[in-house]
Amino acid sequence: MSVMTLNEAINAALAEEMRRDARVMMFGEGAALKHRNLQTEFGIHRVRNTPLAEAIVAGTAVGAAASGLRPVVDLLFSPFLALSMDALINHAGKLRYVSGGQFEFPLVVMATTGSGLSMGAQHNHNLEAMFVHAPGLKVVMPSNVTDCKALLKAAIRDDNPVLFFTDMSLATARGEVHDEEYLVPLGKASIARKGGDVTLVSYGKTVNLCLEAAEQLAANGFAAEVIDLRTLKPLDEGTILRSVHKTGRLIIVHEANRLCGIGAEIAAMVSEKAFDALTAPVVRLTGPDVPSPASWFLEQAATPQVSTIREAALRLLEQAAAA
Amino acid sequence: MLDAMLRIRAYEEQLVRVAGPNHPGTCTAVGQEACAVGVVHALEPRDRLLTNHRSAGHLLARGANPGRLIAEVLGRSHGYCKGKSGSRHISIKELGIVLTSAIAGGELSMATGVALAQKLGYGSPGGIVAVFFGDGAACEGIFHESLNLAATWDLPVLYVCENNQWQGFVHRRETMRTEHISTWAQKFDMPAVVVDGNDAEAVHAAAREAIAQIRRTGRPYFIELQTYRQRGHCEPDDQTYMDVVELKHWKLRDPIALLSERLTDAGLLGAPDIEALRRHAAADMEAALLFAQASPWPSAADLITDVYA
Repeated sequence: MSVMTLNEAINAALAEEMRRDARVMMFGEGAALKHRNLQTEFGIHRVRNTPLAEAIVAGTAVGAAASGLRPVVDLLFSPFLALSMDALINHAGKLRYVSGGQFEFPLVVMATTGSGLSMGAQHNHNLEAMFVHAPGLKVVMPSNVTDCKALLKAAIRDDNPVLFFTDMSLATARGEVHDEEYLVPLGKASIARKGGDVTLVSYGKTVNLCLEAAEQLAANGFAAEVIDLRTLKPLDEGTILRSVHKTGRLIIVHEANRLCGIGAEIAAMVSEKAFDALTAPVVRLTGPDVPSPASWFLEQAATPQVSTIREAALRLLEQAAAA
Repeated sequence: MLDAMLRIRAYEEQLVRVAGPNHPGTCTAVGQEACAVGVVHALEPRDRLLTNHRSAGHLLARGANPGRLIAEVLGRSHGYCKGKSGSRHISIKELGIVLTSAIAGGELSMATGVALAQKLGYGSPGGIVAVFFGDGAACEGIFHESLNLAATWDLPVLYVCENNQWQGFVHRRETMRTEHISTWAQKFDMPAVVVDGNDAEAVHAAAREAIAQIRRTGRPYFIELQTYRQRGHCEPDDQTYMDVVELKHWKLRDPIALLSERLTDAGLLGAPDIEALRRHAAADMEAALLFAQASPWPSAADLITDVYA
């Protein structure tokens, strides 16, 4: 194992996959600057800067993917994805189906998002659920450096379009990565901490907040299980359901806006498939229906905190004790 | 070329009869057959095509089976896309017709990527990419992004703008200050020519010249074909919004009539020969329709297949 930052892990995953497969290439606005070492190793054809034009960057990736390449494009900040929606939703997501399965679209679209750096609403917007809603796409968002490298490698090898989100506040976080070949398959959640009293489901950086809350709950004598979804689509329903059957209590935590978010989907899925197992109403701790504010103070107010997660869990557990 | 144009006309006239009431939204390119045949007949098998919602001419000129095309329009299992496309976004991988988009400009957004793959030795190496779109798509921002990237990255793209004067239900005069889309293309540092899109021979000659140059230079080339959409935006359409004088003017310049006249004047074909070709085309389309109508619906299980690889 080596220790590196999340950004370095992304670079390492790209390097390994580009070395393994000549079809893998990388482009985006400033991509060749961000990954100068990759351009040196793989040449100017495979690592490219692009014009500041998200629609054609994404569209070019779609066309290239249908024609034998395996492009990875960096669209920088998640809100910029709005400019590339036609290529991603109408083309990458639909044309395999519309063509009756004649084409595959093996491409990865990277974008960063997340609170903590006061980026403001047009550079920070957790849009994951919008892409989950679109057929034909897969959606990944790692919570740590180890998974980030392993998930990105799996995303590059996947024959479908994958939206790969990273939280920008984790960009310089350090963690261990495998030196040997190691992949985390898409669609498989991890149990970040085992426990039998309450299930905390999250993804991205709020997983780490759930782990801190679980540590504090342990001091109160409660064992929280923390599930890191890692992939939002396909969703690992089995891991969530098994945990809910064990604990009977479910709290879903994410930074993205509340309405029609991943939390809503999980709450619906659990009520359909494990209603009898629930001993308390499902709780969602999410960002409000508000654009991301720039002010650090307001940004924190919009983001689930360790204290709110802990308090929500205690409310559920103490209600149970009182009953 | 005349035979190919007659077959396209026969196909679309039948499409109007069959698809009009039950498949509203079917788009035709009646009057634009010279554009399709003139360009597509200049391409080689290793070349790739991207087209749009008004694509029947391009597909048939490339050799598509009309029975499988109609089956697709009717949503049947023998359609090229198993009935999942319908009329507006039919792709045929085996003919090199990659990626058809019903979003105006969608084909422009993907053409650069297909060309990049060709350039880097994937897809069909050595081939060029021809992308068909209209004056409407040229008003989309993606038009400018596509041309800029193709010029900057030296991509082998033949941009074919069929300027048919209509953008849905709105005439081009209401949407742009220029007469010619090619004046925009020239600004991106690529050759851009305007050709009479109703003159099949002129279109073909221009396409051959453009394709030869793209193969030589590896750089994009722009052809604007001046033509006219003789029917409405999509079926059914009463065309009451169209200028009858303008429509009449262009119908007098019908591409099939123009080429027929030229061939008969030159003594290459007689009127009975042309009539025979017309009847033959109509009979073929009748047989194609019977094939399509006999094709079964897809099974309900097909609903959820082909979403993911």
